Amino acid sequence: MSLIDRHVGFVRALREAGIPVSVAEGLDAAHALRVIELSERESLRAAYAATLVKKPAYRPGFDVLFDLWFPASTSGMHAERAERPIDLETAPVPELRDHLARLLTGGGDQELREFAQAMVGRFGHQPAATPGRQNWFSYSVMRALSPETLMARILQNVLQGQERGGLAERNARRTVYDNTRRFEEAVATDVRRRIAEDSGIERIARSAVRPPLDQIDFLRITKADLARLRREVHPLARRLATRLTIKQRKGRRGRLDFRRTVRASLQSGGVPLTTHFRPPRPHKPELVVLCDTSDSVSSFAHFTLLLTYALREQFTKVRAFGFVDTVDEITRFFVPGADVVEALTRLTTEADMVRFGRTNYGHSLERFAERYGDAVGPRTSLLILGDARSNYQPPALDVLRSLVGRSRHAYWLNPEPVAQWDTGDSVASEYGAVVPMHECRNVAQLTAFIETLA
Amino acid sequence: MFDSPAEVAERLAAVDYLSDDAISTSVFLAAALGKPLLVEGPAGVGKTQLAKAVALATGAELIRLQCYEGLDEARALYEWNYKKQLLRIQATSADDDIFSEEFLLERPLLKAIRAPGPTVLLIDETDKADVEVEGLLLELLSDFQITIPELGTIAATRRPYVVLTSNATRELSEALKRRCLYLHLEYPTPERERDIVLSQVPGIRADLAERLARTVATLRALELKKAPSVAETVDWANTLLALGRDDLDEATVAGTLGVVLKHASDQARAVKELGLPDVADR
Repeated sequence: MSLIDRHVGFVRALREAGIPVSVAEGLDAAHALRVIELSERESLRAAYAATLVKKPAYRPGFDVLFDLWFPASTSGMHAERAERPIDLETAPVPELRDHLARLLTGGGDQELREFAQAMVGRFGHQPAATPGRQNWFSYSVMRALSPETLMARILQNVLQGQERGGLAERNARRTVYDNTRRFEEAVATDVRRRIAEDSGIERIARSAVRPPLDQIDFLRITKADLARLRREVHPLARRLATRLTIKQRKGRRGRLDFRRTVRASLQSGGVPLTTHFRPPRPHKPELVVLCDTSDSVSSFAHFTLLLTYALREQFTKVRAFGFVDTVDEITRFFVPGADVVEALTRLTTEADMVRFGRTNYGHSLERFAERYGDAVGPRTSLLILGDARSNYQPPALDVLRSLVGRSRHAYWLNPEPVAQWDTGDSVASEYGAVVPMHECRNVAQLTAFIETLA
Repeated sequence: MFDSPAEVAERLAAVDYLSDDAISTSVFLAAALGKPLLVEGPAGVGKTQLAKAVALATGAELIRLQCYEGLDEARALYEWNYKKQLLRIQATSADDDIFSEEFLLERPLLKAIRAPGPTVLLIDETDKADVEVEGLLLELLSDFQITIPELGTIAATRRPYVVLTSNATRELSEALKRRCLYLHLEYPTPERERDIVLSQVPGIRADLAERLARTVATLRALELKKAPSVAETVDWANTLLALGRDDLDEATVAGTLGVVLKHASDQARAVKELGLPDVADR
């Protein structure tokens, strides 16, 4: 494959994986290729990243594709190896595990990658159904070496009689954990490279790249994604808070400061050239969040609770309410500085949100208006999060209408795709007629929603 | 400006900025392709410091535009000197041209464009500015020129090296990002952070720097309100040196935690998670 074909194929693969690369950016990358040393692989990777990837969420996908299109080495073409204490081709497994343990406590990146490649070569292949072909797997490498079980031994070596449970152990655990992840990643990369050599890059590329974090559906989110999402949500909450504040401030410059204006005019012979204003009084937005915490939206609920938690730290006054078929105030679980995981666990055990266990929007709204109606006032923004699926119970539209009427703004975020609204027991458009409803299935859409608030 | 990424790394290291492959390649490409460099990442990873280091390493003048909410054309680009214009009108006949160079007040962007020598233009915390400012920057960033209605277009005599920084509290517009090279800076790896500490704090022992870097990495992995920045790690190293401690044990960490963690809740959290002795007990 010539360099230009490789470049074009790579850019096309990025686009297919959901990473937007404009024509101008593709050209920039091509220009960059002319000025950097192509044999320096990390430099090449950095050049492509600088010109094509303009959002951190796209980086993992980019790295997977880069490793496929510009592999570190190809099978059968090994560079001269550095001196190594053991022979990776023949050494028995316990020795390999010892070597891995050393690498995990502080080996170089290069060494770790080479070791991963050698291990994939030794343990990663299994004969395929069609004779003459091989399948490559990460899990057989992991099963042979099981790096997870090395932790106890490594800790013993590193700590060497120091007290357990302290700072030193914590630090060592962190290092080993990080390096184990790196090792797993290196193995997976090499497995993908070998598959690509056997069956073509394009085929493996399509299945290897997961959608970027901001396009993952809230309803289909995995545990690992959630942990990463937590980091994304904080800046978003901050942004949402500033948006709602700015909206109040626009168009109000504050009152004219007459004295200052006159005093300043003395410099220009009594002509008031510059006008001075009193600073506007900062508006303190209040937020009431009502979120559906039922099982049908549990991943979404998890996310909304994270959002609530993050908002809690940004707004001066946030009250959060959770509901399934009855409603309870959950603000108390989110005291500033509290542990979010702890809060979520306590929330599920202590809060009183469930009567019969089937989502009932109508009843929840009625109870909300009855018990906490005074939470919503002319200074409040009301944010409702849920899929509007009410198990065919009466929706209590009037109650919602009066709540919305009393609030300053109201928004509804729905985690379902628009196409599924109004199917089955969804009453999305009925609620949507009262409160503007936005589809919010992923971080990208949430970001877009926050942008529209401006 | 530079011949290769390796040279960038070398010259940045000469002014005490330790780079890695991604940093040196991006800095090199920005110079070689003549494009602005957008540096994004959490607070305190050395984004602003990078711009300063580039200026220092190349002997260029650093012009800085600090962005904030409400920043406008008059403070970013240029302004007319109204008072001088008024005096001129009063002093002479009214048909004198009062829109000329003489009455123009340079602001950072215009200054960077017109600077005769090598210049590094740092547009700091771009995400803090309003969306309108981005529009203002577009002409500058793609064509290196500025249009002043009364005077015409002023093109750069010599292209400044532009660095934009952002904490990503707000998504910058596609149009802006398309014009820039993008560098995402994360907290350094413990190995790199150790080297940074060693280069910034002369006289510190290597094993202490190592332990410091590992501890900071552990702290960052906790879910804190504000993760310790690189500058704070360096502060910590200086603190330990000043206190004459040459070991980082639990008691020392607990006693000096305030140097790196600036929220009471973060400190409480670190004490709990790392099993540190309670400061109040001591």
